[in-house]
Amino acid sequence: MTATTTSRPDARPSTRDLLTRPDTRRRVVDRLMAVVVTSAFLIALVPLVSVIWTVLGNGIERLSPYFLVVSMRGVFGGMDAGGIYHAIVGTLMVTGFATLISVPVGLLTAIYLVEYGRGRLARAVTFFVDVMTGIPSIVAGLFAYALFAIFFGPGVRFGVVGAVALSVLMTPVVVRSSEEMLRLVPNELREAAYALGVPKWLTIVKVVLRTAVGGIVTGVMLAIARVIGETAPLLITLGVIDSINYNLFEGRMMTLPVYVFRQYSQGLVPCAPEAADCIATINYDRAWAAALVLIAIVMLLNLGARLVARYFTPARGH
Amino acid sequence: MAQRIDVKDLDVYYGTFHAVADVSMMIEARSVTALIGPSGCGKSTFLRTLNRMHEVIPGARVDGTVTVDGVDLYDPAVDPVAVRRQIGMVFQRPNPFPTMSIAENVLAGVRLNNRRISKSDAADLVETSLRGANLWKEVKDRLDRPGSSLSGGQQQRLCIARAIAVKPQILLMDEPASALDPISTLAIEDLIAELKNDYTIVIVTHNMQQAARVSDRTAFFNVAGTGEPGRLIEMDDTRTMFSTPSVQATEDYISGRFG
Amino acid sequence: MSTSDTPPVRQEDDDLQAARRPHRDTAGRVFAGLSTGAGTLILVVLAAVAAFLLLRAWPALTAGSEELAAISWIPDHGSIVRYVGPLVFGTLVAAVLALLMAVPVAVGIALFISHYAPRRLAASLGYVVDLLAAIPSVIYGLWGGLWLSRRLEGVWGWLADNLGFIPLFEGPAATPPRVMMTVGVVLAVMILPIITAVAREVFLQTPRLHEEAALALGATRWEMVRMAVLPFGRSGLISASMLGLGRALGETMAVLMILSPGLTYSFALLLAGRHQTIAANIALQFPEASPLGVSALIATGLALFVITLAVNMAARWVVARRKDFSGAN
Repeated sequence: MTATTTSRPDARPSTRDLLTRPDTRRRVVDRLMAVVVTSAFLIALVPLVSVIWTVLGNGIERLSPYFLVVSMRGVFGGMDAGGIYHAIVGTLMVTGFATLISVPVGLLTAIYLVEYGRGRLARAVTFFVDVMTGIPSIVAGLFAYALFAIFFGPGVRFGVVGAVALSVLMTPVVVRSSEEMLRLVPNELREAAYALGVPKWLTIVKVVLRTAVGGIVTGVMLAIARVIGETAPLLITLGVIDSINYNLFEGRMMTLPVYVFRQYSQGLVPCAPEAADCIATINYDRAWAAALVLIAIVMLLNLGARLVARYFTPARGH
Repeated sequence: MAQRIDVKDLDVYYGTFHAVADVSMMIEARSVTALIGPSGCGKSTFLRTLNRMHEVIPGARVDGTVTVDGVDLYDPAVDPVAVRRQIGMVFQRPNPFPTMSIAENVLAGVRLNNRRISKSDAADLVETSLRGANLWKEVKDRLDRPGSSLSGGQQQRLCIARAIAVKPQILLMDEPASALDPISTLAIEDLIAELKNDYTIVIVTHNMQQAARVSDRTAFFNVAGTGEPGRLIEMDDTRTMFSTPSVQATEDYISGRFG
Repeated sequence: MSTSDTPPVRQEDDDLQAARRPHRDTAGRVFAGLSTGAGTLILVVLAAVAAFLLLRAWPALTAGSEELAAISWIPDHGSIVRYVGPLVFGTLVAAVLALLMAVPVAVGIALFISHYAPRRLAASLGYVVDLLAAIPSVIYGLWGGLWLSRRLEGVWGWLADNLGFIPLFEGPAATPPRVMMTVGVVLAVMILPIITAVAREVFLQTPRLHEEAALALGATRWEMVRMAVLPFGRSGLISASMLGLGRALGETMAVLMILSPGLTYSFALLLAGRHQTIAANIALQFPEASPLGVSALIATGLALFVITLAVNMAARWVVARRKDFSGAN
């Protein structure tokens, strides 16, 4: 109806018609797309809620203080026993060591990019940091393995190898977030320090880093949250083991994500009908419980990162 | 097809902020009405309520009536999308769609209603609209080039061509020449003088000389202070407003004593 | 941003002055050297990744077919290239499938957050979607393997029964559905937050001028999105999809824990034992592999590295080009 007016101006409908009778097709399409767009968001909520719900529902039963403080040593078949202590130890040590490598390298690289970097080298670093963010985690594992196999021969598996693999994944994340934070530090602060005769490196250490510390800590926590759930590179660099290992430099180590995978892949236990002490789904139960612990750690890190960010923001905002 | 606009007791709010208070005015058909006043006096806000563009900002609402040809634009039965089609708008900075060619830009509004417009109809419409915007001679050989390849003044005329291509009844212009150089400004002003034969035009401008040159009637808005609503101080024939305004504030503003 | 942190500078003025003179040159130079060194180290590491993979893959790349045949999981009469082929195929199928499912939903979510949801809610809604990215992939694997696959069984069965004439949905659908289609769904969920995050940023940057131009012509909200938002965000969307693709290509655990592997060039997404991806294959075979087997696996890893590198570089290139474009305007 309104369409016809473009070709026949004399037969123009009244203003009231023009204003109150909108094109039904267009209105329907508009409403329909609003529904589609909204439901896209709701669709995304389905897996999120379902993952958290199933992990919580299936994991909570087996989760107990006992589960947290024992390893899998001497546990077999459908025994109602075993826990994740060795995996927690391994996860903390390996991730901790990876953090020790990644934070200095990542932070210094960020400082280089923001404070020193000019020209081709800086552009190359920026570009390849981006590219490095996209390295598949399993390739990082292969790289760490290939590197250490040169010195220790094939079949090498110990904590540091895994930590190196994780730091390949973690460093670019630290660089990106720290760089962003350092760029937020206003230039007037730097100039104020220079005006006092403070040399550049001290300005960076005492003024720039101190101003950006909240954001940097947030970024590091998010980076840890990202790599603490990595499974594939640790599977091939640390292997699997049932007992506790406190030594990063020797012997296989268990970590939480690998533990989840290990329990999952062992599958159902064939129980004899008369065996009272045999739980057929024990491996899955342990996998769910360990997954719950893992999710809790990751969510706590995310939450902590947000709190740190919030705690430091007002100081910078006013 | 040009219509006059009858505004009665109009109040505009953004959330709790009272932006414009108690405006009543009559805007004549086939004439140019200029809205002038210092920054923050609500003249642009008021202009946007004439085609319900202010509703783009969350929390904006309006009391009062804006009547066009006997229909209140704020009647619940009225569709804001249809209002904007009948009452076109040209903005301060030229805003052709960067991914569309010149011809596509002109047809952008038309295609919304009439997908299957024939090739020759489309070509005719592009030509008449661009001629109407005094741009045809400059761009007829490069209609398929992107709209952003034109100069600022040409882009603004392209936007006017785009607005008149949908054959609106009224054209609103929000400081259409303030981002342009003097020669382009002159071209836009000449165009406005031609367009008023077919359209009702309301133009917001910061430029006194421009208001004096292009408009038939002028409305002066003022604001008492920050946080206060803008108000319509007076409205009269442009010649009267610029020679013998009845309110002191108008004279002060026009003669450049503030604003 | 303001200067509440200037006082510390003043307080430490004295000891800064004292500290400065003796060490000035050395300390400054050492610090500059350290940070430049760290930047260079990144480049070195990336080069080392490529070099070591190549070095370790070399034995398998040059091995004869009899030597390779000694590896139990390499089919007879195979060269390494013939072994990698189906793996690359499977990897691409999984990633493309995930992308096809994720991109439309991600665009919808990004539009919802940027243009449909109330402004005050937008930030928190974005955070909710980001939470999807925080969940470790092994948990997606667990969820997909034990929970989701059981629920999808009926859907895949229905697809095979009713659309089985299309080769993609050739039946009978495998039960349990340890098939490519299930993997695709889980991977799509995993890359959804990556694509959404970039798309959301790009859509939010749409110039208000263009949105208002569309609305002033009498466009509905959806028409405004189509006229102003989507054309503006197109290149950003392309690079976002490529980032998602890169992630899907390299994902290991979800595939390893769900897919029943096989080495064929098959498009039948509902049949088990047809496909395998490079990453999952490495994780599956690595623990038991002989030295030559490890070498063969690393050769496949090299292929994966090259593919993801190319995809990511292409994505970055699109982003960079877009920056130049908008900078020029």
